[in-house]
Amino acid sequence: MKNPHELLEKNVGLLTVLILVAISFGAMAQILPLMFDQQALEPVKGLRPYTALELEGRDLYIREGCVGCHSQMIRPFRSETERYGHYSVAGESVWERPFLWGSKRTGPDLARVGQRYSDEWHRVHLMNPRNVVPESNMPGYPWLSENTLDGEYIVKKMEVNRMLGMPYEDEDIAGAVAAVKGKTEMEALIAYLQQLGTHLK
Amino acid sequence: MSMFWTIWISVITLGSILGCFLLLRWCLSNDTGVEEGASMGHVFDGIEELNNQLPRWWTILFYICIVWGVAYLILYPGLGGYKGVLGWTSSNQGVLSLEESKLALQKDIDDGNYNDYALQIKYANEKFDPIFAEYAKTPIELLAENERAIQVGQRLFLQNCAQCHGSNAKGAASGFPNLTDNDWLYGGSGDKIKETLILGRRGAMPGWLGSMGEDGVAEVVAYTLSLSGRDVDLGLKEAGKARFVICSACHGIDGKGNQILGAPNLTDNIWLYGGNKKTVTQTLYYGRNGVMPAFKETLGEDKVHVVAAYVYSLSQSK
Repeated sequence: MKNPHELLEKNVGLLTVLILVAISFGAMAQILPLMFDQQALEPVKGLRPYTALELEGRDLYIREGCVGCHSQMIRPFRSETERYGHYSVAGESVWERPFLWGSKRTGPDLARVGQRYSDEWHRVHLMNPRNVVPESNMPGYPWLSENTLDGEYIVKKMEVNRMLGMPYEDEDIAGAVAAVKGKTEMEALIAYLQQLGTHLK
Repeated sequence: MSMFWTIWISVITLGSILGCFLLLRWCLSNDTGVEEGASMGHVFDGIEELNNQLPRWWTILFYICIVWGVAYLILYPGLGGYKGVLGWTSSNQGVLSLEESKLALQKDIDDGNYNDYALQIKYANEKFDPIFAEYAKTPIELLAENERAIQVGQRLFLQNCAQCHGSNAKGAASGFPNLTDNDWLYGGSGDKIKETLILGRRGAMPGWLGSMGEDGVAEVVAYTLSLSGRDVDLGLKEAGKARFVICSACHGIDGKGNQILGAPNLTDNIWLYGGNKKTVTQTLYYGRNGVMPAFKETLGEDKVHVVAAYVYSLSQSK
């Protein structure tokens, strides 16, 4: 063939396949090794699995779209660590599936919000943020204190997480329904928020 | 990172760069069988494809990018476990505890390692530590008259305290005290404010619905409101006064509170959770648990000193 490049130029299917091959080199060099890298897989010393209530809270965090306005990723810049605390490290996220690092900061980063405020502050703030921070443009989530959890899926959720590497004991899972049933969504979300970032100690 | 993955990444990365170089050389060669500048034989809509070279400026940019890429991979860590000639890191990412992080950071600062985060901290420490150390030597009551220190304290306050106490420090909703009214739960001297900031506070008001019942609480509410000069049912007030003996354990026999326990003064018509009858009744029914977080770890003692001076100044200005 006189002009082999013509083969690519005139054959869109082949061009697409070869583009995908070319792009996959990037993934193979950047993503694949991290899946086996010890540094990215070793939990920080204080890491523990979510309690049943915290796990429900985490799903509420996802349901309410908190991740759309709040990141959970403190970058290693002094300007961030002065405000939020120690920068996030890989060992804190090894059991996160999916991770909730986010990329949008309409509100502040929440990676280390745990224990920063009282439970009562969170309750007042989630009902109507302006009751504590008049300048806030965050919406209120009053229904969280009305809805209660039935624990229908909590056992399944914990089993799936255990399959993916979160070290749950059998008794954690056995007591899960009792631990969440009848609790309000507010309690679950606050339980989740109050442990954020507290495991690096 | 293991040797296997280092080689894996290096082969793919360097191979891709080499591939780009070969692709460019290939595209620059003319193996179409058509002379440079002559027609390739397509015309579409009056536009004819000529067999032209790639533009020279574009080719040069391509070469520059390749050279840049190789130089970058020599200087910076990009090939698996290879650390790069400059020894640059963004931060100590592998740390597993705060203690480990602290030691690693200090080591990088001491050894002058090219750790971006450590360099930022070193710069800031050298610039700001002497200022805070100087402030720390000044008693809080005196520091409160230093305008620059107060500006620093206000910035720290807005960042760390305003979420609960408000950006004007006048408190918020229920349970977050106004800091400008010179009414103190745990004491308003500079040292007491500092102690509150360093250690945090846990306010605990028990609930009395169980032991007093609704009627008993109604009596105590009447008496409590009367302490601030509010109009109440006299009968209830008298009955409440007898029951107030229990309350006086914390709030004092005269109801003026106890700053050692953080028990509020009930006679000044300043209400932490709200002073209407309904709210006071709620407080007595179910109790209250106020939480002031500790800021020793978050801010460090020297910065707390400056924040304490700012908070102290708020109730002195008038």
